[in-house]
This record gives sequence, C-alpha cells and structure tokens, in this order.
Amino acid sequence: MAHTHSATENGKDPAVKKIWRVFWILLVITSVEVALAFLHLETGFPSKLFLNSIFILLTLLKAFYIVAEFMHLGSEVKNLIMTVLFPLLLFVWFIIAFLMDGDSWKNMRKNLAPGTPAKVEAPAHAPAHH
Amino acid sequence: MDNAVTAKKKWWSGGHSPFSVSYGKLMMWYFLISDAFTFGALLISYGTQRFMAQAWPDPNVVFHSFPLMGHANLPLVFVSLMTFILIMSSVTMVLAVHAGHHMDQKATARWLILTIIGGIMFLSCQAWEWTHLHEVGAWWGRNPFPNHDGSAPLSTNFTDFFFTITGFHGLHVTSGVVLNIIVLINVLKGTYQHRGHYEMVEKVGLYWHFVDLVWVFVFTCFYLL
Repeated sequence: MAHTHSATENGKDPAVKKIWRVFWILLVITSVEVALAFLHLETGFPSKLFLNSIFILLTLLKAFYIVAEFMHLGSEVKNLIMTVLFPLLLFVWFIIAFLMDGDSWKNMRKNLAPGTPAKVEAPAHAPAHH
Repeated sequence: MDNAVTAKKKWWSGGHSPFSVSYGKLMMWYFLISDAFTFGALLISYGTQRFMAQAWPDPNVVFHSFPLMGHANLPLVFVSLMTFILIMSSVTMVLAVHAGHHMDQKATARWLILTIIGGIMFLSCQAWEWTHLHEVGAWWGRNPFPNHDGSAPLSTNFTDFFFTITGFHGLHVTSGVVLNIIVLINVLKGTYQHRGHYEMVEKVGLYWHFVDLVWVFVFTCFYLL
C-alpha cells in the first residue's frame, strides 16, 4: 500500500499525468472557442457559418475526450463501447430531421405571411378551350 | 474485473459479463444514454425553434455581465469561468476515482471534497446568472432581449428554452452534488475500504462526467452559436 500511496500523492503516476493532459486539452479547446468568438465580435472575420462549424467540431472533440478519457470508455471492451455508441447514432436522424423541419416552417411562414404577394403558379392564360 | 478472455467469440458464451463491467456500472451507462436523449431532445427542440424563428437574440448581448463588474461589457467571460469550474471538478473526480483504484481512502475523500466544492461553485455561478437575468426582466414567458437585427422580440422561446435547459442541467448538478456527498460520507465511514473496492465512486464519477459533458453542449448551443 505504501507504494500506491506515494503513486497517488506525488503525481508521477502516468495515469495521473494523462488526466492532467486531458484537462489541459479541454482548457485549451475552450479557450480557443472563446478567443474565436471574440475575434468574430471584434473583426467579424471568421464568417458566422464557418465559425459555427468550427464550434461544433471543437465541441465534439471535447465530448470525445470527456467520454473516452474521463468516463474511461476508450479503455473498455469493444462490446461496451458499441452498446453505448450505437444508440447515439439516432441523433444523426434526430438532428437532421428536426432542424430541416424548423427551416421549412420558417420558409412557409415567410411565404404565407399576410401581405406576401401570392406566387403565380401555372400559366394563367393556358388555352381554356378543350 | 479483468477477465482473461482473449478469443472474440468467448465474450458471448456465458460465464462472465460480455461487457467486462459490473451490473451497476453497465446500468449507469444505460441510464446515461437515456439521459443523453432527454438532453438531446431539449437541445434539438431549441434548435428547431431557433431555425424556425425569423430573428433570434444575440447571446453576446444577453450574456455580457460579470459579478461586481457593474455595466462592463464582458461577453462570454462569466460562462467561460463556469465552464472552467466544471471541467476542473471533473478532473478532481477522475483523481478521486484513481485514488479509489489504489484503495487510498484519504486521497479519495480529499478529491471528492474538492469535486463537491466545484459543484457548489458552479451552482452558485448559475444562481447569480439566473438572478441577474431575472433582474433585467427575463424569465419563463418573459423575453426582454431584442433580436440580433435590432427588432423587438417575436416570442419568448429564447428565455423559455434557456431557463428550462440550464435549469434541467442545474438540477442534474444538484443531484450530482448530493450523490457525491453521500458517497463521501461512505468513504469517510470506511464502507468501501471494508467492501474491498471503491466502485461506487466510479459510478457517481460517470454521472458527474456526464453532467460536465452536457454542459459542453449547453455552452456551445446557448453561448457560442
């Protein structure tokens, strides 16, 4: 026990080193996110669309480190990894379907709002006599 | 726990867990999956409403205050501090789990206490933020924030979702702190030392990291995007 005691105390344990490394990675990613947000506020440089894709990618990267290292999933057996990650694939459908639904509602509201000139659909002066 | 199973097909032939974890830990994982879908549903419905809206408030304008800084314009700074606190408490939690693996009662208790302090700090920050937003007129059903383009608010969706989702997350942090305190009491009583393992610390640890994970997404969805 004396040996393991010192291992958790002085931080020379490789596992403890790894934990702190993940901490720094998470901190750096968050700092980069905040710095990019400020850069956009000051200069408007990375366009909003580009910036948002970076934010989402960095968020997924952070999620990966938390789940794989802190929650230890990366070191579990493959069966467990699969049983946890497979159901999450539903999110792919979930996100695409609902966001598209929202976008389509916005367009419908815009096109059907009171005062919006109605679109002329078919040629109005089609040959009327059959 | 480390079964000496090497051949692939042996995993499913019985006699041991095919997931190589205890029942309790596996069930914690399944609970977290279901909880992930609950949070996912909340965040995606927020996204749907936001996609649906013609205009939406600018988070950099809404969240620009810091305690004791008066009217200084400091967008993102306070929420970055909250994020830092939660990541930090996640680190102390892993260190508690690690100390538990080494059957180190004192170190486990110490890291758990730090984790609990981190959780309480986060909740205090959230309490301040909610109080501040309430003072400027935001609440469920009340949205005082003009839209990005300067137009008057069209709906209360922004504040409704903000308070519901951060409130639900705060509730998770609260129950996490309560669980951590219960486990800390058991650590101090020597329950796990007597039991021969600190797996209970691992289980609440999984829950605690999940709460941190959810915050990562809440942070992105409400404050960055």
